[in-house]
Amino acid sequence: MQTSNSAITKEMFEHVGKNVSQMEAIARPSITYWQDAWRRLKQNKVAMLGLVIIILYTVLAIVGPYMTPYDYRTTNTEEIDQPPSAKHWFGTDTLGRDLWARTWMGARVSLSIGFLAAFLNAFIGVIIGGISGYFGGKVDMVIMRAIDILYAIPYMIIVILMMVVLGQGIMPLVIAMIAVGWLNMARLVRGQVLQLKEQEFVLAAKVLGASHARIIFKHLIPNALGVILVNLTMSVPSAIFTEAFLSFIGLGVVPPHSSWGQLAYYGIQSFRVRPYQLFIPAFFISTTMLSLNLLGDGLRDALDPRLRS
Amino acid sequence: MGRYILNRLFVSLVTAWVLVTIVFFLVRLLPGDPFLSEKVTPEIKANMMRYYGLDKPIHIQYMTFLKNLLKGDFGYSLRYKNRTVNEVIKQAFPYSADLGIRAVIFATIVGVTLGIIAALNRNRTWDYLAMFIAIVGVSVPSFVIGPLLQYVFATKLNLLPVSQWKGFSYTIMPTFALSLSSLALMARLMRASMLDVVNQDYIKTAKAKGLSPFQIIWKHQIRNAILPVITVLGPVTATLLTGTFVIEQIFAIPGLGKFYILGIQNLDYSLVLGMTTFYGLFLIAANFVVDIIYGLVDPRIRIAR
Repeated sequence: MQTSNSAITKEMFEHVGKNVSQMEAIARPSITYWQDAWRRLKQNKVAMLGLVIIILYTVLAIVGPYMTPYDYRTTNTEEIDQPPSAKHWFGTDTLGRDLWARTWMGARVSLSIGFLAAFLNAFIGVIIGGISGYFGGKVDMVIMRAIDILYAIPYMIIVILMMVVLGQGIMPLVIAMIAVGWLNMARLVRGQVLQLKEQEFVLAAKVLGASHARIIFKHLIPNALGVILVNLTMSVPSAIFTEAFLSFIGLGVVPPHSSWGQLAYYGIQSFRVRPYQLFIPAFFISTTMLSLNLLGDGLRDALDPRLRS
Repeated sequence: MGRYILNRLFVSLVTAWVLVTIVFFLVRLLPGDPFLSEKVTPEIKANMMRYYGLDKPIHIQYMTFLKNLLKGDFGYSLRYKNRTVNEVIKQAFPYSADLGIRAVIFATIVGVTLGIIAALNRNRTWDYLAMFIAIVGVSVPSFVIGPLLQYVFATKLNLLPVSQWKGFSYTIMPTFALSLSSLALMARLMRASMLDVVNQDYIKTAKAKGLSPFQIIWKHQIRNAILPVITVLGPVTATLLTGTFVIEQIFAIPGLGKFYILGIQNLDYSLVLGMTTFYGLFLIAANFVVDIIYGLVDPRIRIAR
């Protein structure tokens, strides 16, 4: 190259300068923890499929019974045990009741019991676990020993006992499920609170004179919310399963009300001849639990900062 | 170790006491009295109340109840004068225990194996397949799996007997249906545990020593990874034994679950509560045994307490 005698002169350079206003400009809008989690969740196709199925079932539970002219309680002796057809989309049961209507009325019961029990469990668990972890010392000792003992009694045994005493129905079911269902959440929240309360922002809040209630509800619980939410999502399918299990052994929802577990219970009596009576409710129980489990897995991945690289 | 065992024994005994106390007072909360359905004169009824000790103050009844339990008497049936809970247990529990033990063994072996396969093939086809089986297993209840198996293998293919309990071929479907959810749980746990262990220093040391991959996996990775799986054996036993309620119903197995459901359907609450007490105490005992085993295989646990 012929660069030997052409010296590098000052004119060859151009002063670019610092454009301070542009340097400080924020390239992308900043996103909060929840927006970030939502973005991650949206990328997880399997979890999103789960979410879509849950929303679909919820919508069908609301509008489903009105989509057919048949009432879920009305028996019709002329149309018993009809297979699925254009008239009765899911067929009819041994009393001639339309199974499409019964399935979606059952969905209302199953889904609302599942979500209600899970939410109430989370609510009680967060309060008790929060108090136990935050105050520590003797309070913590007493609460944790009580939880240890209750935890050692098998969950199903307690629920069955409660059902026998309370009688059948939707409210007894929910009460039986929340009697000992909060234990898990309480343990989890206590662990989280124990970790969080040693951190500097809690100390700062204390120094600024924040009350106990303010520290618990404004600082500790919002920070533990990710873990709480994941556990909540995972406990909905187990609540749905418990309802189905109890209805299946004859301790749950009683006719003319219906639930998926109860439909499966009646379906099993004759499933070798009419398998659809069992497989339709069984399909909805299974896919609901599957969707919620997949969504829970996805939420855990999206919300757990330790898994982020 | 002695202190550890004593500690666990104490916790188990307190738990058992809490359970039987809850049972006792819940029975007293039941509406009506046990002889409501029988058409008898008030005198005879008073006699019967005296016969069963129901006329005494509640704390004396409670002490009698505890004394009877200590003697191994779980109560009586209100429906059948000549049937006690103990007789039902003696007659039916062997079937339930047989099914339960088969399911525990099957779930543990297959679940752990599946978890190992998944972890060793992380993010490859085998991993996805194993984890797919696991999530389906967690999500599909046993009372769905059972009839599905019956429909496919008995009604359609005619390979296995539909129901009853008369030999090995009869046990295959109930065992599988009962153990699937626990199997899935164990597979997920084992996989996570294997992946956790693989990053430990002792695995690096083993590699540096030039051990073969088989030796590393078998002697170092699996042995350490299996510890968390042992902790869930207690809850898994509980799930499997209560799971027999529906499985026995579906497969017409003459075990305790069948009597349990009959008791519920006949409103024979004293029988149901007696059997519930039995189940609860049995499972607390099972938990105790699992705790001891865990303390034996992992010294860190018993030192920590």
